[in-house]
Amino acid sequence: MVAPMTDRTARRFGLVVAIALGVLIVTDGDAFAQADAGADVDAGVDAGLHARALADSGRFGESDLPVACGVAVSDVPDDAGGQLRVTWGVLAERVKSDAITGYEILRYGPGESPEPVGDALATDSEYTDTTAEDGVPYQYVVRTRTPFGSTDSEPCEPAIARAQWFARGRLSTLIVVLLFCAALAYFIRKAKGGGDLFVRKIPGLEAVDDAVGRATEMGRPVLFVPGIETVSEVGTLAALTILGHVAKRVARHGTPLDVPCADPIVMTTAQEIVKQAYAEVGRPEEYDPMRVAYLTYDQFGYTAGVDGMMLRDRPEAVFLIGTFYAESLILAETGHSIGAIQIAGTKETSQLPFFVAACDYTLIGEEIFAASSYLSREPVMLGSLKGQDLAKLGIVCVILFAFVVGTAGALIRPDGTSVLTRIFEFVSAWFN
Amino acid sequence: MDERPRRSFWEIMNDIDRRIIFVILFVVVAIPLVLKVGGTIPPTAPVEGAHEAVESLEAGDYLMVSIDFDATSAPELMPMLRSVLRQAFAKDVKVIMLGHIAIGLPLGHMALEQVAAEYDAEYGVDYVDLGYRPGYIAVMIAMGREIEDIFRTDYQGTSIREMPITADVHSYADIDLLFGFEHGAVIDYWVRYAQARFDQRMAFGTTAVMAPDAYPYLQSGQIEGLVGGLKGAAEYETLIGQPGLGTRGMPAQEWGHLLVIGFIVLGNLGYFFTRGKQRKPAA
Amino acid sequence: MRRAVPLAITFLTGLFLVVSFFIPHRPFGELEQRLLVWFAIVAGFTMLLGVDNLIRSHARKITRTSEGWGHSVVLLVGLVATVVVGVIGRVQFGSPFHLQSPFMFIYSYTIVPLQATMFALLAFFIASASYRAFRARNWVATLLLVSAVIVMLGRIPIGAAMSEFFPWMQEWIMTVPQLAAKRGIQIGAALGAVSMSLRIILGIERSYLS
Repeated sequence: MVAPMTDRTARRFGLVVAIALGVLIVTDGDAFAQADAGADVDAGVDAGLHARALADSGRFGESDLPVACGVAVSDVPDDAGGQLRVTWGVLAERVKSDAITGYEILRYGPGESPEPVGDALATDSEYTDTTAEDGVPYQYVVRTRTPFGSTDSEPCEPAIARAQWFARGRLSTLIVVLLFCAALAYFIRKAKGGGDLFVRKIPGLEAVDDAVGRATEMGRPVLFVPGIETVSEVGTLAALTILGHVAKRVARHGTPLDVPCADPIVMTTAQEIVKQAYAEVGRPEEYDPMRVAYLTYDQFGYTAGVDGMMLRDRPEAVFLIGTFYAESLILAETGHSIGAIQIAGTKETSQLPFFVAACDYTLIGEEIFAASSYLSREPVMLGSLKGQDLAKLGIVCVILFAFVVGTAGALIRPDGTSVLTRIFEFVSAWFN
Repeated sequence: MDERPRRSFWEIMNDIDRRIIFVILFVVVAIPLVLKVGGTIPPTAPVEGAHEAVESLEAGDYLMVSIDFDATSAPELMPMLRSVLRQAFAKDVKVIMLGHIAIGLPLGHMALEQVAAEYDAEYGVDYVDLGYRPGYIAVMIAMGREIEDIFRTDYQGTSIREMPITADVHSYADIDLLFGFEHGAVIDYWVRYAQARFDQRMAFGTTAVMAPDAYPYLQSGQIEGLVGGLKGAAEYETLIGQPGLGTRGMPAQEWGHLLVIGFIVLGNLGYFFTRGKQRKPAA
Repeated sequence: MRRAVPLAITFLTGLFLVVSFFIPHRPFGELEQRLLVWFAIVAGFTMLLGVDNLIRSHARKITRTSEGWGHSVVLLVGLVATVVVGVIGRVQFGSPFHLQSPFMFIYSYTIVPLQATMFALLAFFIASASYRAFRARNWVATLLLVSAVIVMLGRIPIGAAMSEFFPWMQEWIMTVPQLAAKRGIQIGAALGAVSMSLRIILGIERSYLS
């Protein structure tokens, strides 16, 4: 029964790799993840390089110190106010390379004299003043420092710091979120109306009943390990929703359930969930709060504690669901060594291979988030799964579109001037 | 008395007791560590990227070092931490240390004091340990505005404004490079908050098991370099020309890998030669 | 009512946080940070709940002389001793983590070796799990087996000495198929997480409340 890696698991793992490989192949690696944060950074780098180039080309004497020029100030966009960005360059003919040791930024408001507000490095051409008061017109002077003395730039035109009511840079995110919500709402509504919703079988979740049943038959406890993260981590929340379902089945069968926790808030929440499950099946007196215990927040102290519980109590069914890091294999191998049936699940991709190798069933990534809907079989919950699938389909379509357009553009005109390349760049930029 | 049937060689190879594997692995890993064998390891591009990021700093620039690991990952991360600190102090770069794993920060502090002593660096002038503050996301976001809001004092309670090194340090804008040493998910938060929001330059050293998680950030250019595991540490030691514990640990890792490969091969041969028997129905 | 209040709090908090992501203007822009501070404060206090649970469950084992009660004695003595030594370090040196603090003795000679030992177990378990899991049962499992051997050989100097193919192929496996699988799973997991978050905010998902 406790096969190291069942053929089915191996096939699923292979399938996931193959599908994901397909996804990546259609994705231009760099363009996919790299923010076109590019644009701003490039601008900054260009300004810096320009200043350095100017510096290298100039002549310099003690009476001809370098001076910052083209000083400009603007409100920092998409912020909560209180910030102004100062930019500058350096006059070419007056600069000797490496003469500048740094800059001092001076600020003054109406009727004030310039006061230093901060410093910048010799390589900088930009400074963000985070101490500006909203609504006050400020002017800035950039003081260039050299070993021979300092020079002040001309004051810039005044600018006012303002808070924005909408982060324009996040417009694309808002549109995607709204589309996603719309898809969810549509399918939830459809499900409420009694529409037929097909959800594929998830073997790991189908096995929950078997695992609890086997523990009951053998008269041995069930161990539920909800990971080592706090309750603010969405993987832990998913684990707690699954715990709710497991606890009800366990309570119904009268099987002992142990839930060791690495976080006190998770412990408190888990205690409430298990207590409620026992109450719902009419056996509140069988609930023992000491079985939902806090061990330690220390990663490997917790691992040692859970391993100890496994070896002493010899649970028949072990659930390893939530957020796990390096302790995943230590826990799973110990569970395997005692012959327990193990159902694992995490969204941590680096730990999935360990679970696949050592557990009977592994819930991969999104399956742990789908578990609650799957186990409850409530139409509304299943509807949200369908909405999620639609969103995923949309993303795959966008990736495919970007791949086709980007590749075709690069093939037609390798210099990047093709219309298709521009469309590709527009799509990439929009999603960033 | 139940009599166990005599097993063939390949049947034994197909099902070696894990305790035997443990003992052999222990011996194989211990021998090179005890004999102190080792040679230099040629660097790979991700490690060179990290090295170049530190190399690009000039005297007086600020390097922020984040200790996001504890003793469990010390064998992998401490050698690379020491190498990065040596490189920084050799260039007179100012080092600001902090950490998001309270129980691991003293390890970073010990390495900082040790390397600082090698270069006659002065506490509060050339380096500082800000210590630990809970809630890493809140800490990372707040440092984008004003570091003093979070770290009013260093780990000993000295005001950061009273120390020359931090007197004028306010936010990421004053930090030229962040080098995090990671054994968990904190790296994701550094990239998400300090890089994506505040455009902080960064490089990381991670445990071998976490390195695959960091590859996407490297590929996307969000981080400049990645030192992964003991091998990465050994490569970094090659780059700074000071072989240390990373280089010395590599033979043990190498022998361990070969042993695991050997067991896998034996297991598969055992599986292959006993497959026919397994398929036969029980008599 | 017992459920309505938590659901309303969840809905409003979730809604405000989503809105604050798009509105940088005060007070929305600061909301996330403010709530994170609240969370840190609440989390700090719940640590007391954890310690309370820990002490009570182990005290119960000792008073009932349950099996292994001696371990509980060691745990409670260790807990109290570490706190006392930490306080002494704080009073004497300003921080328990000062290199001269007595807490650093416990740290260097107990905590560090214990943690390192637990983590070191991973090497042994990886060896036994690899031996068991990497069997050429079918073509997919064979693919997995071959990839694993190439990556292991590619990451050690002897692999490079045998052939340049191993480091090159290792790098390719890590940066192309490995990353591909990872991104595919991550995209799905991220959507799943968003979907679950929405279910929680909208009160559709209630099993965590029970």
